[in-house]
Amino acid sequence: MTETHYQGKLHHLQKELMSEYYAALTASANGSGVPAAYLLIGGNPVELLRAFDILPVFPEVNALQLAVRKQSLPFIQSAEFMGYSSDNCAYVKADIGMYFGGRQTPFATIPEPSLLLCNYVGCNVYLDWFGHLAEFTGQSAFQLDIPFIRTASGEPSKEDIAYVLRQLHHLIGRCEEITGRKLDEDKLREAVRLSSLTGDLWAKIKHLTKRTPAPYDAYFDSVTMMAPLYCLRGTPQGLEFFETAYAELLAKAEAGVGPLEKERFRYVIEGPPPWPHLRAFRDMFSRWDAVAVASTYSTVGGLWEFGFTHDPDHPLESIARHLLEWNLTNRNFLQRYEQIERYLEEWNANALIIHSVKSCRLFSAGQGDMREYFTKRGVPTLLVESDLEDPRYFSEAQMRNRIDAFFESIAHRPTREGVTA
Amino acid sequence: MKYAAGIDVGSTQTKCIIIDENKQIVARALTDTGANITRAGERGYEAVLAAGGIAREDVLCVVGTGYGRFKVSFGDLQITEITCHAKGASMLFPDTATVIDMGGQDAKGISVQNGEVVDFVMNDKCAAGTGRFLSTAAETLGLSLDEIGAISLQARNPVRLSTVCTVFVESDIMSYVAQGKKTEDILGGIHSAIAARTIALVRRVGLKPAYTFTGGVSLNVGMVKMLEEKLGATLNVSPDSHYMGAIGAAVFALEHALSAAAVS
Repeated sequence: MTETHYQGKLHHLQKELMSEYYAALTASANGSGVPAAYLLIGGNPVELLRAFDILPVFPEVNALQLAVRKQSLPFIQSAEFMGYSSDNCAYVKADIGMYFGGRQTPFATIPEPSLLLCNYVGCNVYLDWFGHLAEFTGQSAFQLDIPFIRTASGEPSKEDIAYVLRQLHHLIGRCEEITGRKLDEDKLREAVRLSSLTGDLWAKIKHLTKRTPAPYDAYFDSVTMMAPLYCLRGTPQGLEFFETAYAELLAKAEAGVGPLEKERFRYVIEGPPPWPHLRAFRDMFSRWDAVAVASTYSTVGGLWEFGFTHDPDHPLESIARHLLEWNLTNRNFLQRYEQIERYLEEWNANALIIHSVKSCRLFSAGQGDMREYFTKRGVPTLLVESDLEDPRYFSEAQMRNRIDAFFESIAHRPTREGVTA
Repeated sequence: MKYAAGIDVGSTQTKCIIIDENKQIVARALTDTGANITRAGERGYEAVLAAGGIAREDVLCVVGTGYGRFKVSFGDLQITEITCHAKGASMLFPDTATVIDMGGQDAKGISVQNGEVVDFVMNDKCAAGTGRFLSTAAETLGLSLDEIGAISLQARNPVRLSTVCTVFVESDIMSYVAQGKKTEDILGGIHSAIAARTIALVRRVGLKPAYTFTGGVSLNVGMVKMLEEKLGATLNVSPDSHYMGAIGAAVFALEHALSAAAVS
């Protein structure tokens, strides 16, 4: 079994561009004068911040970067020492621990926020997280109240859109106060235009894994590309990254090259990765020649592959639609089922893996029913549990046992086309 | 005569089985796993060879299973105990549709079709419903694990446990002892609670007869009866149910050896 990760130009460009982004964060922390806004990944409205040259800072991205580098535990423990419960979301604890540890990380010094933008209300823990940050930093939190999708059609109502638009106008007022300048509408349109082109490329990249073999792993490689998608979207650098990514991954697809020497199983995966054990988790699938062809988690900040695109002619409305409708976290459970069904069907996958995480009860609630729903429809489905941030909740032997048994069980079972895998 | 072997290195005990070319069990060995897992596999294999009076060179293939399967370094293949339990259960009881496995640390439900795993569930990070729970309960009552099943059958007014937690069950038992409850009634309550929990777990893969009960706890007559009562069905239980993972592994070993021979 030989793995080929995307080690080409794409990999180096991501390192270079993300280093520049982190250098800008550090410079802001050291008094460069560029204001920073903390915001959440779900439907992130970075375009609006770009129009004011405000740096987006994602506490969730910082937390997961700490976890990938195996640096999260001391920060989690220091938050627990402060009184945060062991059951509390470990993203929150890692971030709070890091904040009180002087905002020092191996990748950047995180600046103090000029704006605390809580743009996702689906999680009450996140509301409290930004509430606590408001208390600790002395900044008041700006709450964007985004209604969940609750219509049968899966679309937001006109009133929902109008409600969010009104709040976006208030947010513009806040940004004007922070920066001392009026909104430059051309600049906003340009950021939205860049996002639109970036989103289109990301959607094309997502569709490449419909091919056999898939040219990259749509879980382990996709989640890596989420960093430029959120931290750089709406900038020329973000667009450059996704142009390079598309060209490189298309070339792989054309050459019939996949991330593994052989593609034996194609699966869809739901749930965030166990960031502190990403390598070990990936190996558990690679040893079975199993490749993820689609993942729901890579749409947590935005769902582009089903036709959404930002519209530079209607910048605020498209930002509102992105917040409301086109990101996984704000969608209802039936939409989540439909998304997985489309992946299984159109991306031609033969199994579903659900990775449930202890930290996020909002996202994990209902996954037992989800497993049952797909099992009853004849989709081999495995539910495994650990955590996305806290390394203590990952039992390698137990996890491996379940994954091995799952692939053993489907190894001799006919696939959806009736062909033995 | 040629043979095949299955070695199930479990969390508590290592079970070894040798079968002949007709899939007949010719030797068994049961040893404690202990802290040295590599040594446990080797020691178990030596014991089963000695028990059957079989030479190593007459064993065509060895399959390792259980948590310690990757430490069976002299084995030819490693297969999870989930797949092996399904295989072994289907060999001993061809009508098996659901396997209920209760081992030292694991409780599992496996849905089976023609000896293949269709679906499975396991307990996660909690030892309630496993052999460990029962041994803690036995120890608290000053009894041995081997006798609690039979005693539980004498229960007339089984107590209701407030917990199925392996840690907290001790204080629950002590409070019933302090209230003067009879040992058999306490044990009846314990077996009832664990059977209910296990069935709730297995229900997730579907409760479809015939049921085959495997793992060390299948030797407990009280648990067999309690599960049968709650399921309203008779369980397939064999004196070799404890060895089911090793039996399945041995069957895989034999099939592997025969297919390799056919290819060559």
